[in-house]
Amino acid sequence: MSIEVTNIIKSFNEQPVLKDISLRVDTGELVALLGPSGCGKTTLLRVIAGLELPDSGRIMLHDEDVAKVQAGKRKVGFVFQHYALFRHMTVFENVAFGLRVRRGASRLAKGAIRQKVTKLLQLIQMENLADRYPHQLSGGQRQRVALVRALAVEPKILLLDEPFGSLDARVRQELRTWLRKLHDEIHLTGIFVTHDQEEALEVADRVVVMDQGKIEQVGTPQEVFHNPASEFVMTFLGNVNLFHGRVEDGKITLGQAGSATDTQIITRLFVRPHDFEVSRTPAADNFQAAILRINAAGPNVRLELKSRFNEEFAADISHELARSLNLNAGDTVYVKPRNVRVFPPNHKAD
Amino acid sequence: MARKRKRVMPGFGLTFGCCVLYLGLIVLIPISTIFASSAGMTWENFWATITSRRVMAAYKLSFMASFLAALVNVVFGFIVTWALVRYRFPGRKLIDAMVDLPFALPTAVAGICLATIYARTGWLGGLLEPLGIKVAYNQAGIVIALIFIGLPFVVRTVQPVLEDLGQDVEDAAACLGASRWQTFRRIILPELTPALLAGFALAFARGLGEYGSVIFIAGNIPMKSEIAPLLIITKLEEYNTPGATAIAVVMLAASFIMLFAINTIQRWSSRHMER
Repeated sequence: MSIEVTNIIKSFNEQPVLKDISLRVDTGELVALLGPSGCGKTTLLRVIAGLELPDSGRIMLHDEDVAKVQAGKRKVGFVFQHYALFRHMTVFENVAFGLRVRRGASRLAKGAIRQKVTKLLQLIQMENLADRYPHQLSGGQRQRVALVRALAVEPKILLLDEPFGSLDARVRQELRTWLRKLHDEIHLTGIFVTHDQEEALEVADRVVVMDQGKIEQVGTPQEVFHNPASEFVMTFLGNVNLFHGRVEDGKITLGQAGSATDTQIITRLFVRPHDFEVSRTPAADNFQAAILRINAAGPNVRLELKSRFNEEFAADISHELARSLNLNAGDTVYVKPRNVRVFPPNHKAD
Repeated sequence: MARKRKRVMPGFGLTFGCCVLYLGLIVLIPISTIFASSAGMTWENFWATITSRRVMAAYKLSFMASFLAALVNVVFGFIVTWALVRYRFPGRKLIDAMVDLPFALPTAVAGICLATIYARTGWLGGLLEPLGIKVAYNQAGIVIALIFIGLPFVVRTVQPVLEDLGQDVEDAAACLGASRWQTFRRIILPELTPALLAGFALAFARGLGEYGSVIFIAGNIPMKSEIAPLLIITKLEEYNTPGATAIAVVMLAASFIMLFAINTIQRWSSRHMER
């Protein structure tokens, strides 16, 4: 089932939260809404679920306008940030809730409910914990119960609000992989909200980067990571170094000493830490920098450097290169940026 | 093992000692004099006093009226709490403060006020009289007075729990297809049950002991609208101290058993809450 929102506007107490959001998610896609806290991503999710009414705009689920459809009738499963489990009910009853409240023809017999819930609990390997209460479970277990509780009513769309936000790193990684696998198996249309760029890039088919109630960029993880559309996306996704420099006739010069001449534009230049070539010999296209600190714990060696323009930055190089250059803190090296990115200066103004 | 166990929080000995001493001085020793005083009676005498028809009628009235008033308060106190917690409206803080008035007002004043408006000549009494409903100087008046006295107990015990109840569980229920009624019945009510029971117990206990407001509106007709506390006072005025304490002992024992039972139910209903 596809999701299409058009020109969604929403304010709380005259504070705009969503400023004209339009987005389409195709059937079977898993999309991440990524942005800093307060960027409106959770509100957008709640608007799609019907938990929040937009001030204006249209929401189409599978090409049907759902403006007048209540949350419970939208066939949307929602997983809440803090699980929102019913604490006076056992795991079993939590999962069965959506089936028990059904009325009329869609109501299942007791045996059928039992069967279905047991199957769902098997899916998360918790069938032996069916009689536990939520407070007797770990965070990861609660999150999985919350997930199958949402799946029990067979939604066509699954919305997850910071699904792994309050879990520790290892459980998070595990659940992330599990969610991706689950999504590939049952093929729901899914949107999840996160402020963790790594999570978004790893799990999602497409990433929607949001800031201050607006969509900054929509694209595959590769697109948004390698071709960020704005300064915000560039700085929000992964580490990045900021330099000041000048652009003249399409040629970029680092450093901002002196004032720019008429044909030069002073600008901000962005380089990712892994986009540096580091050597011991000066050349025409590199610049001098001093090593402040070396951190070799990790897949790469991270150098914290200070350029001769007095700007501090970080560069990642391979362990082999670091060994062959025999680097020590305090040494002088020569650095060449491989991939420099400049964004139109007027972008932030609107 | 338990004796030598180190506690993280220091001061258990001191605070427990204070607790026992305080409860002893303020509660247990005064109450024990009731038993001491009634112990002077012979068993036959004691039994005859507490089972006399007039005393039995007073017990029945006291317990029934308190129970009824507490029940009414649980229902309407809950509605008041709901309105105060869930909605924002002008005058909310004022109404919130008004809930506590029955705590502060001398109960005799409350009794006189209620008697005045519910009497045949009063505002409400004048309206109800033609309908054949007699409130003041009747059993109904007792219940009304006890409702007045008990309301804040229910509101103040339920209020913090309702405020604490997250919006997200209601949203979750809505997303799973539950109607508003199903959400209330299956999610909100079970979460509030322990607090409602606690409020009920407090209002009920308060009703049993209430004297000041009731005597002004009850009419105090023996066998009909005479509450047990009044009977105790009557006995005292007749210098029949053992008789008065005998009635008190029964009241005390009965209310202790009932409160204990309610507390047990309350604990049971909150067995799955996080501690």
